[in-house]
Amino acid sequence: MIVSFIVNGEGVTARVTTPVSLLDVLRDQLELPGSKSACEQGECGSCSVLLDGALVCACLVMAVDAEGSTVRTVEGIASEGTLHPVQVAMHEAGAVQCGFCTPGIVVAAADLFDRDPTPTTDQIKEAVAGNICRCTGYGAIVRALESVAGERR
Amino acid sequence: MTTRTERRVGRTGGLIGDSPLRPDGIPKLKGEFEYAQDLTAAEMLWGATLRSPYAHARIVSIDLAPALAVGGVHAVLTADDVPGRGTFGLEQPDQPVLAGDYVNYWGEPVVVVAAEDQDTARRAAAAVVVEYEVLEPLVDPEEADRRDETFRRMKIRRGDQDITGDVIVDGYYEVGMQDQAPLGTEAGLAIPDGHGGVDLYATSQFVHVDHEQVVASLGLTSDQVRSHPTGIGGAFGAREDVNLHIHLCLLALHTSKPVKMVYHRSESFTGHVHRHPARMWYRHHADMDGNLLRVEAKVLVDGGAYASTTGAVLANACYFAVGPYRCDSVTVDGVGTRTNNPPCGAMRGFGAVQVCFAHETQMDRLAAALDMDSLDLRRRNALATGDAIPTTGQIIETPLPMTEVIDSLVAMPMPDATISDSPLSLPGGTGLTTEPTDVSRGVGYALGIKNLGFSEGFDDYAQARVRLTAEGATVETAAIEVGQGLVTVLAQIARSALGVSRATVRNVDTSMIDSAGSTSASRQTQLSGGATLEASTRLRARILHAYNGDDLDDDGVWSEGRLVTPMAEITEGSWEETATFRHPATTEPDENGQGVIHADFAVAGHRAVVDVDPELGLVRVVRVDTAQDVGKALNPQSVRGQIEGGIMQGVGLAIMEELIVEDGIIRNPNFTDYLLPTILDAPEVEALLIEKEGSWGPYGAKGVGEPPIISSAAAVAAAIRDATGRPIDRIPVRPQDIALL
Repeated sequence: MIVSFIVNGEGVTARVTTPVSLLDVLRDQLELPGSKSACEQGECGSCSVLLDGALVCACLVMAVDAEGSTVRTVEGIASEGTLHPVQVAMHEAGAVQCGFCTPGIVVAAADLFDRDPTPTTDQIKEAVAGNICRCTGYGAIVRALESVAGERR
Repeated sequence: MTTRTERRVGRTGGLIGDSPLRPDGIPKLKGEFEYAQDLTAAEMLWGATLRSPYAHARIVSIDLAPALAVGGVHAVLTADDVPGRGTFGLEQPDQPVLAGDYVNYWGEPVVVVAAEDQDTARRAAAAVVVEYEVLEPLVDPEEADRRDETFRRMKIRRGDQDITGDVIVDGYYEVGMQDQAPLGTEAGLAIPDGHGGVDLYATSQFVHVDHEQVVASLGLTSDQVRSHPTGIGGAFGAREDVNLHIHLCLLALHTSKPVKMVYHRSESFTGHVHRHPARMWYRHHADMDGNLLRVEAKVLVDGGAYASTTGAVLANACYFAVGPYRCDSVTVDGVGTRTNNPPCGAMRGFGAVQVCFAHETQMDRLAAALDMDSLDLRRRNALATGDAIPTTGQIIETPLPMTEVIDSLVAMPMPDATISDSPLSLPGGTGLTTEPTDVSRGVGYALGIKNLGFSEGFDDYAQARVRLTAEGATVETAAIEVGQGLVTVLAQIARSALGVSRATVRNVDTSMIDSAGSTSASRQTQLSGGATLEASTRLRARILHAYNGDDLDDDGVWSEGRLVTPMAEITEGSWEETATFRHPATTEPDENGQGVIHADFAVAGHRAVVDVDPELGLVRVVRVDTAQDVGKALNPQSVRGQIEGGIMQGVGLAIMEELIVEDGIIRNPNFTDYLLPTILDAPEVEALLIEKEGSWGPYGAKGVGEPPIISSAAAVAAAIRDATGRPIDRIPVRPQDIALL
């Protein structure tokens, strides 16, 4: 079947013949490989996207269920060449190493700051608790996101 | 005339000791960085692998017809289709590319398939009918030891073997099988060149050794294969061995089409090697003053079905079995067993992690037996420059600030003693299983030591090429960036040594440059950094000589404060230098394990503070402080990143990360059941960098990647012991080890 939805402001269609995930369609058909496939079972958050504004693991969403929805991926977080403050802060804090978890954390953190511009450290940790990072030990990620909250206070 | 003041502008960023922004940071943050998983090519096929469902079996027959009948299938290949040697392995080529008569571990590759899409390839692989005669697997490593099923035995004898101490402490310790669990699974793309050769783009830590193994196992000539560094999502040792590399090249050459493979997470858990599980028997002897008189140890690491790097891991475990302490009477016997368990190999810390847990627990027990403070005991026996490594007798010639590490660690502030009632801070977390009144706090210390670079006479080198053009300096290398920041630090070295402000690192394939060696053993900053420094220094000298100058910067060549040749004129010519850097030579061990075995050493110490609910067996690691011997921090932010990340993996090993293997079968090959630390498990971390220059690395730098994991796991275990009074003689510490269920 044909599935139509909006990704990062653009209408797209995908032809779905097997029970594939939204993640596979984004990566393999729509040339949006920024969302990463790392665990395929919703444990690591590397494929985090916003589906009609809700933070989801794209690996757990069937592509057909995206019909008519609005999806925002990591490729849609920076706007018109301007990085999101989360991206700037993570870059400066050294919160990026191998980078495989980074897109998911950017999406989850951008979602947090859209809902609450001045979260506490505990709220920051809860917001990205579904994102596994194997490189940084999380310290630089916490410092980066705390700095975004601090600037907005 | 340009003045000296002006010409300094623009040179302050990105030099040695700075922490410039990493060049791949923005692409990674925008989702634009290309990983092996993201590669595509026109007319590309997808590969899939059929693996053994048994830990040990004889292959009676293979029927490929059902797979070939699946529409869209281009190739279904078995061991019979592998030309050349047909086997691979880092230390010995003992592992078949595809299993022939026997399968020796659960998950061993038997058949590979290429088809028009991934789903078809996997369905076709599953359709192959293999008839097995199931055999009894050998899964008990002590039984393997008795049957002499081994990859290597180690014997270390140093000093008087008949000494007995006033105080003797015995212990038996176990370390479980940890997985590197890099977030990116194994992935790659092989593209045939149309002339019988192939270009390989696959997850790797060492493209030259991948190249060597593809060439030999498939019977190709060296110039027929080019292995290209490719973006990867972490490594931690998992990418030192080849896995899908040879399969991809085999399928691409067979079908004459590009072939891509990406392992699922569950396949990744069988597709790469793991940290060796270890069993260790120890006896420490000391006099009444706490001087370590004698250490006896037996170290068993289970290598599983194939050799991988078991020999080197075992050797490392034995060489560092005593830890960073003086002792002149040492006996160590080691064995790396061959079983039908999953193959084990490199993981961050490489043997030193396992023995650290044992020797540090022994030191705590010895202190208790002596009624002595455990840090006083450690300080009294701490190794220093000029001492002999207790196992090998090698004299330590570079700075080894073990005492400074201990003193710094003790001086670091302790966290507030109040146990927080925030659910996020309690053991068990938001499960709300615990009240602060049910929680005991514990504090534990551990020290670790490890070699830097490859040892035992291995010719360990790295080549780098530095060019100067109108765009600035370019460092060409085949060294793999795994996330640690090599692309940043090599550019810092080039800027500092050459004198120009613009420098970039460019990865090139195996046909364009000689080996950089492996991104492992904490070695790339020292080795590829050393090659970059040497090439940059030589290039600068040549340019200054050519233009009769005494200084070089972005403006050009200067002489006595006057610009003599502008950069635009210099870069009209072709300027490049290629350097190969070797660390001081090492020797193979003699029959007693003695010799100049290692090129250099690094030490670190960790202090862990934990909160434990002893009834439920739940642990929360509150804080881990560390002091680490780094030589010279070339990029302090990257060093801190290595320290925090390494500690997190140490905490994981201490309390949650373990592959459960039953009868040779991994029972938890997924991220739901193999537990990885999340941000809610992350302790506060404070790190002190001890900078004592004198090592042979560029600007005195030492490798920093591994020390953070070596003693952090042992410190957490010690803290749990302190909080609970339980023996805690194995890691990971399980709830039943605390609650004694």
